[in-house]
Amino acid sequence: MAVTEATAGGRKDAATRFLWPSLAVPGTAWLLVLFVVPFYGIMAVAFSSQLNILGQPIPAWNPLNWDFTVMGQVIDQSINGTYRSAWEHTFIYTGIAMSVCVLVGYPVAYYVARLARGNRGLLLALILAPWWINYLTRMLAWVGILGDEGYANDIVGFFGFAKVDWLGGQWYVVVLALVYGYLPFFIVPLYAYLDRIDQRLIEASRDLGANTFRTFFRVTLPLSRIGVITALVLTALPMFGDYYTNTLVSNSPTTVMVGNSIEESIQSGFSRGQGASLVLLLSAVLLIFMAYYLILTVRASREAR
Amino acid sequence: MTTVGIDAPGAEKTWDDTGRYVPPPAAIKPPKKGFVPPWRNPWRRPYVLATITWLYILWSLVPVLIAIQFSFNDSRSRSSWNGFTTEWYCCGTEEGSIAEGTSVFGAGANDALLTALQNSLTLGVVTTLIAVPIGTALALGLTRWRSRTSNVANAVSLFPLVTPELVLGSALYLVITTLYTQIGLGRNALILGHVTFSISFILVIVRGRLVSIGSEFETAAQDLGATRIQAIRTVLLPMLIPAIFASAMITFAASLDDFVVSNFLFGDASQITVPVLLYSAVKAAPSPALNALATILLMGTLTALLLTYLVLRLRRRGEGGSALDDLAGVEM
Repeated sequence: MAVTEATAGGRKDAATRFLWPSLAVPGTAWLLVLFVVPFYGIMAVAFSSQLNILGQPIPAWNPLNWDFTVMGQVIDQSINGTYRSAWEHTFIYTGIAMSVCVLVGYPVAYYVARLARGNRGLLLALILAPWWINYLTRMLAWVGILGDEGYANDIVGFFGFAKVDWLGGQWYVVVLALVYGYLPFFIVPLYAYLDRIDQRLIEASRDLGANTFRTFFRVTLPLSRIGVITALVLTALPMFGDYYTNTLVSNSPTTVMVGNSIEESIQSGFSRGQGASLVLLLSAVLLIFMAYYLILTVRASREAR
Repeated sequence: MTTVGIDAPGAEKTWDDTGRYVPPPAAIKPPKKGFVPPWRNPWRRPYVLATITWLYILWSLVPVLIAIQFSFNDSRSRSSWNGFTTEWYCCGTEEGSIAEGTSVFGAGANDALLTALQNSLTLGVVTTLIAVPIGTALALGLTRWRSRTSNVANAVSLFPLVTPELVLGSALYLVITTLYTQIGLGRNALILGHVTFSISFILVIVRGRLVSIGSEFETAAQDLGATRIQAIRTVLLPMLIPAIFASAMITFAASLDDFVVSNFLFGDASQITVPVLLYSAVKAAPSPALNALATILLMGTLTALLLTYLVLRLRRRGEGGSALDDLAGVEM
């Protein structure tokens, strides 16, 4: 009797030992084939040295055949050449846009998370709403407003100024559009973070005699630092890879960003190698952000286990 | 300052029969009335922050409302208002109609718009049907399976979350045009791309729920004689249903919303999706029909969102807390 139970138990173990791995297999395999391999494909294209009849690079799948001339040229062009202005625009525009995100987004997230009382649910629904409205729809809305005959020029005209060519390659319109596009993606994660701060810590600070400002700068702000950084990372990643916002509200070489150069050269065929190299450079820049976010997430999920 | 003059210097202290301190009448000063500077008053209404918040909300939503308004514009302009019409939505076919041959629905409608709408909806449904089972299984597997390999799988599965869509889109484009050539750009490529970026956030949502459920229920089921697979099927899966449903709705909405990956992979015009069409048409052939199409897409997303909200609310009934908070947490 005891023996049969033991063998039955043993067989059950053997059957279920592979249960969890086998559940994880399809997803992992999918991501290997359609995420890891494609990323390797970028490298294979960027480091390829041979062209096919159409003049497109043939991917070098074997790392021993990798050739870094195109990459070298692209780095050269990025420092002192055609791609330089694209990189400059990318860093300056995203830098300004992210600063505005913090300056506007923090107060909003703070108010909704900690101060709003009666209408908190409504406010939360309203700050979540842009998250669910198609990004292109939101951009098209601005293209309509900023058009020659649009409401923006109506307002400008009302105050007696001359019409402005908003969509003709103005850098501040690109920054405005980036802020408009990505601010919701900053506010919501920060809201979730601020919401979790222990109210007792803030009350303790008050009880110990700190006034509102002192409490904010000495208690709330330090406690929310990781939330701000997380929200900034989540905003920075898509913003660095953005090209469509720029195309929609400007489409002018004077505001070109790295995303625009990448999209153009990857799809053109001839300069695929350059495009792939730019993707690798962009990924290298963003790796700092990505690594930080991944470490935070993995640490959080480990703590939760 | 609102100090009450207890222990004021020079005041004589008195105690009543039970030993309680009785302050001399003069020592009790009423709190100062009149102006209290706002930074001294922790209970003041936060007017400044409230104003900033409401201005932000107006700024974030009014442009979209204006875009919806212009989907009813009785003119070909997307910028200057010329009266109300519904012809951009349907049936702008009569001679001389402003929307002749370009309305979204109805006889004589612009086929490209309707095709894009059908493509987007089909793609969203197929993506959801493929990605949700794979993502849920991955969440179950990775949460309970402990080994070195699972740590690697864990890291790989989180990477798509933080990879900019531009990188994912161009990677898939390059690999489909060079290595996986038998797939070809078009519908299949779109499905593969959308499932790829969906798996990771389904994983995060379902795993969040799994962690909060813990393993006690399964253990209890197994103690009561269920096999491990029965425990999963009859105990764990029913408890996961709300999370699975929420992730399904979010996958559908994300697929409807996606622009970057679709723009790399759609191939030719017959496979175009709504966001890609909006992007290419706004420069080439802008008309309020685009706003009408965008409005219809918005209604689709809002329906999915409303369903999710109602399901979360149903689950929350009796548990307290707010379903909206769940939604806010869901994207993390």
